[in-house]
Amino acid sequence: MASCGSACDQSHCRRPDDSGGAEEDVPERFSASRDSDTSKTAGGGDLARCSKCGEEPKAGTHRVLNGMCASCFRSYLYGKFKLAVSTNAMISPTDKILVAFSGGPGSRVALQFVHEMQKKSLESWDASKSQSFPVFGVGVAFVDESISSVIPSPELDRIFKHIKLIVSSLVPGHKDLHIAPIEDVCSMGSDDGTTRLNKLLNSVSDATGKEDFLDHLCMLSLQKIALDNGYTKLVIGSCSSTIARHVISATVKGQGYSLPADVQYVDARWEVPVVLPLRDCLTDELSLLCQLDGLETLQLSKRPSSSNSINNLVSSFISRLQDDNPARERTIVRTAEKLKPFGFNKFVENKYHEFIPSRLRCKFQNTNNGGSDLAEVFCTFCMSPLSESELHDMHGKSQTLVDTFTAACCQSCSFQILPKESESLQHFLSFLPQSMTRKVADSTLEQSLLR
Amino acid sequence: MGDSDASSRSKRAAARLCSICNQRQAALKRPKTLQQICKECFYIVFEDEIHKVIMDNNLFRRGERVAVAASGGKDSTVLAYVMSQLNRRHNYGLDLFLLSVDEGITGYRDDSLETVKRNEIEKEGMEEKQMHWKNEALPLVANATAKISTSHLMLEPPEGYGLPLKVVSYKDLYGWTMDEIVKAIGLKNNCTFCGVFRRQALDRGAALMKADKIVTGHNADDIAETVLLNILRGDIARLNAEHFYFVSSILSADNECAGIYSPNAYRGFAREFIKDLERIRPRAILDIIRSGENFRIATSTKLPEQGTCERCGYISSQEFDLINSMIDRIANVELLIAESNLTGQAHSQETIVMENSILAVQGAESMAEKLCKACMLLEGLNRGLPKLGIGRTRGNNDLKKQREHGNSVPKITDSNLQSKQCGSLDF
Repeated sequence: MASCGSACDQSHCRRPDDSGGAEEDVPERFSASRDSDTSKTAGGGDLARCSKCGEEPKAGTHRVLNGMCASCFRSYLYGKFKLAVSTNAMISPTDKILVAFSGGPGSRVALQFVHEMQKKSLESWDASKSQSFPVFGVGVAFVDESISSVIPSPELDRIFKHIKLIVSSLVPGHKDLHIAPIEDVCSMGSDDGTTRLNKLLNSVSDATGKEDFLDHLCMLSLQKIALDNGYTKLVIGSCSSTIARHVISATVKGQGYSLPADVQYVDARWEVPVVLPLRDCLTDELSLLCQLDGLETLQLSKRPSSSNSINNLVSSFISRLQDDNPARERTIVRTAEKLKPFGFNKFVENKYHEFIPSRLRCKFQNTNNGGSDLAEVFCTFCMSPLSESELHDMHGKSQTLVDTFTAACCQSCSFQILPKESESLQHFLSFLPQSMTRKVADSTLEQSLLR
Repeated sequence: MGDSDASSRSKRAAARLCSICNQRQAALKRPKTLQQICKECFYIVFEDEIHKVIMDNNLFRRGERVAVAASGGKDSTVLAYVMSQLNRRHNYGLDLFLLSVDEGITGYRDDSLETVKRNEIEKEGMEEKQMHWKNEALPLVANATAKISTSHLMLEPPEGYGLPLKVVSYKDLYGWTMDEIVKAIGLKNNCTFCGVFRRQALDRGAALMKADKIVTGHNADDIAETVLLNILRGDIARLNAEHFYFVSSILSADNECAGIYSPNAYRGFAREFIKDLERIRPRAILDIIRSGENFRIATSTKLPEQGTCERCGYISSQEFDLINSMIDRIANVELLIAESNLTGQAHSQETIVMENSILAVQGAESMAEKLCKACMLLEGLNRGLPKLGIGRTRGNNDLKKQREHGNSVPKITDSNLQSKQCGSLDF
């Protein structure tokens, strides 16, 4: 709650100066906690006004953040989302959007906002005469990771029912719901995915490596759902807080080179491009919105995370920093923003259909990356682009199949995911999901064709 | 499952012998390589690596006079030992000496200087140093560094390294001890002085001792901390590899003080974080450095301007104080106005003040471009006390003038009026 005064909020703190809120006390605007706000509202009449719209709040409601009333806070968050969507051409009318829903506040808000956008476009579609401009479609995906934790099946059924209820309540606009267990990505024909996945995970000894590998498999599952059902974009509810954690943990894992790829609004290195429209929101803001609007989140028993995991350590480190200085997460993300993004971190204009009228066409940012747009080579196990030195190592060895696998792997993954002994390494590689092995085969083919 | 259990058991059994010599019992697991090695092999490997860094980067030339920065801590102690060993063994032909800086804070450096002195003199019986002897340190000369992480190991005390010790004090370097500065400035802003002076102290000290190069004990941990702190602060420009090692030395100078006088929470958290990190995954420290080196920094990112200070020219990599604080400028303007008051008695007071304040602003700007921060502060410090004197004499002059000219009131700035009041009060 105490995220008032954070960097991103300050622009809003200043706004009342020019919008008739001049009578407000300065300390009032900067007061950090909601409690002190309410105590002050009880005291003076003028102070009770919303700092943005200047309206008196209705009885029973109080200001939420930075002295904003609930509806202003809503539109402030939605504004951030809308800005990210429109400036980065995330959603175009012909798209079919898949929202990755994990049950947390981030993806819940993402789902809600995408739904609202769709609702508005549907309304204008209904009102328009020709009805020739399409409205983007929306679907929801939930990847069931219950294999890695112990959730009893009645509990699981209850969760699935809950998700169905949430998705079906989002009307108008039909939304398909896809629930897929994570082990599906590993299954080969009739072979049981569960045992394959378990064997895979058991051969990863490092706790952090296991978590990261599972994350990658989760992404692969989402990609599979999106591809199988003809979706064109994948919306992920990552917010500033999660990205700040990723920045630090990637640095700690030695992934400094590939880091900028993961922190942009658009990530088109996947077959179905991934977009992060909530990148500028903080976790606190998102859960506050869920609380205000009664958006239901799922209390999933998370993966049994080991205390030895670097991701956990980083997370608690950032939480401490954030308590110390509420702007810290934003600062970290802004630092990472200064790193040069990759060529795949933006949509290319000519991919888009020309028949859409110009006013509906997406506006593309003319970001000149300056650098050469050479095709990057990606790590097999985390999809991070390989740095020059890693590529250099790669060209040295590609005799056997095991070699090609280990060569197309970033240093970080080769340490934390790949088994050390050659025997268990072969064992590990034999259970890899098809989508991963196919990629390696393709890339080696490409390499040989290039030469 | 059964297989992996068996293999790990056999691994554990094998791990008892040193993985390099395969004869002695392994005494430590090296974080850098995760090898189980014995003490003797560790010495050899460690020293060889530093030797390799020195040779690969052509750090020294025969006959050079090299200052070994000595704080009395474990890093610099190891550095001094290794440098003297390597110099002897590989016949670098270097004239090595220990260089310590005495800030002149009563009771602060005494202990560590005592340690350095003991290291200089004692040739044997260094049981005490054994306690410090657990960090892998490495020489960092100019921009070169080795990437060796710490290992938690108590080793046998090394032989004494018998290097001559030179202690330079702030008094020698700047004409002021820290205690004197505190006396002049007060307890409030003295950290600025201490920090800035400390950054240059080694450079100036080495120049004073006619050294060609300085070796410092900065190691992988320091650099990793720098990378993290720069991310937390939003300072990506400084992550540029060129400036990397230089900035790291600046930071560690800050760090030393930070804990004592100005606790900065996130710095403390970062240190703790790195400690925890090292426990979980020792190689993380080297990974952080690798990340820092591989960051894709956009070419448009602005870097702090660098150049040569006109006053203490030998510090070429010193960052220049372009963002000079307004206070400094105002102080300079005031100073010059005050001087003009002294000299310009014969001329018309107003025009002189006007001209000089323009000159003063220009002067302050040119000064900000040409002087490094330390010289800047020193300038203020040296002129700070005279300023008090000038203020008083100016007060005298003004009073005299007022008596002479009767009703003519000079149009001068508010600050001048205020200081005049002070002067007249003193008078």
